[in-house]
Amino acid sequence: MGRWKSGRVVSTREETPSGRSIVLDVPGWGGNIAGQHVDVRLTAEDGYTATRSYSIASADGSDRIELAVDRLPDGEVSPFLVDVLAVGDELEVRGPLGGWFVWKPEQTEPVQLIAGGSGIVPIVAMIRAHAAAGSRARFELLYSVRTPSDVFFASELEGLTTTYGRTTVYTREVPTGWPVLPGRVTREVLAEHTIPASERPSVFVCGPTGFVEAIADWLVELGHDPARVKTERFGGT
Amino acid sequence: MTHVDGNVLAGTLSEIFEQDMTTAAGECAGCGHTAELAVALVYLSGAGTVVRCSTCGDVLFTIIDVDGHPRINLSGVALLRMP
Repeated sequence: MGRWKSGRVVSTREETPSGRSIVLDVPGWGGNIAGQHVDVRLTAEDGYTATRSYSIASADGSDRIELAVDRLPDGEVSPFLVDVLAVGDELEVRGPLGGWFVWKPEQTEPVQLIAGGSGIVPIVAMIRAHAAAGSRARFELLYSVRTPSDVFFASELEGLTTTYGRTTVYTREVPTGWPVLPGRVTREVLAEHTIPASERPSVFVCGPTGFVEAIADWLVELGHDPARVKTERFGGT
Repeated sequence: MTHVDGNVLAGTLSEIFEQDMTTAAGECAGCGHTAELAVALVYLSGAGTVVRCSTCGDVLFTIIDVDGHPRINLSGVALLRMP
């Protein structure tokens, strides 16, 4: 867990104008649980190192992991991962990490997933794990994203809608013919489009810090037990 | 400076404790609230990492890097219960 391993880039795919997915082969990884993350360490020629945590979009028992990284304009690591890293390159990685923000197929309670922007990445791992296990647990996703072209894993998320329910909220630009104007998730949207507290769902919220804190506060106001609301903040705006 | 949460410390803390610590329960020495480290507020900077109680905001612990190894001051944690 705490040891650095070498990962080799197997493939990359553009996902959005500012982000891409990266598949790494990490000998000895041994699989991970949906929702876990990995630390990535870059070392410059002068020995300077920078370490960042990235959620893992995949959740299986293999030595292959898929990350999805959004380029932060003033970032130290993400521009390299999105714009420079190429197939065959090697990266130092540490993981799988984290045992708190995770979903396991043996869980049977309803699950409400809430993602803001690239906060969808660990949520995608949960949706994939849920589908792969043939889980009958109710799964609902509320996904807040700027524009239709900012949706990570768009075709796969669409294809899996037989296994989970989804509401998408576009904050800046909506698809052609969309019935509502762009707007942020509000307390009212949350109340209308998520599993009610009375059904005692487990709730996973991942996104920028401000988004996560607003959502978590509203969920508690709407009657959810704070102990059942798990959050993952990744900073940003 | 914006904060993240204790999930981000899983890798660094595994260097010290050799296990996942994000599900460990820490009692704040300031207010007495007990919570998983995953929910603590984490402020990252080049100088080091400051971890604060999500209830009262007091500093639980700090981590600085000394010659490539993490050094941790746990003075704000009254009790740490391993997962």
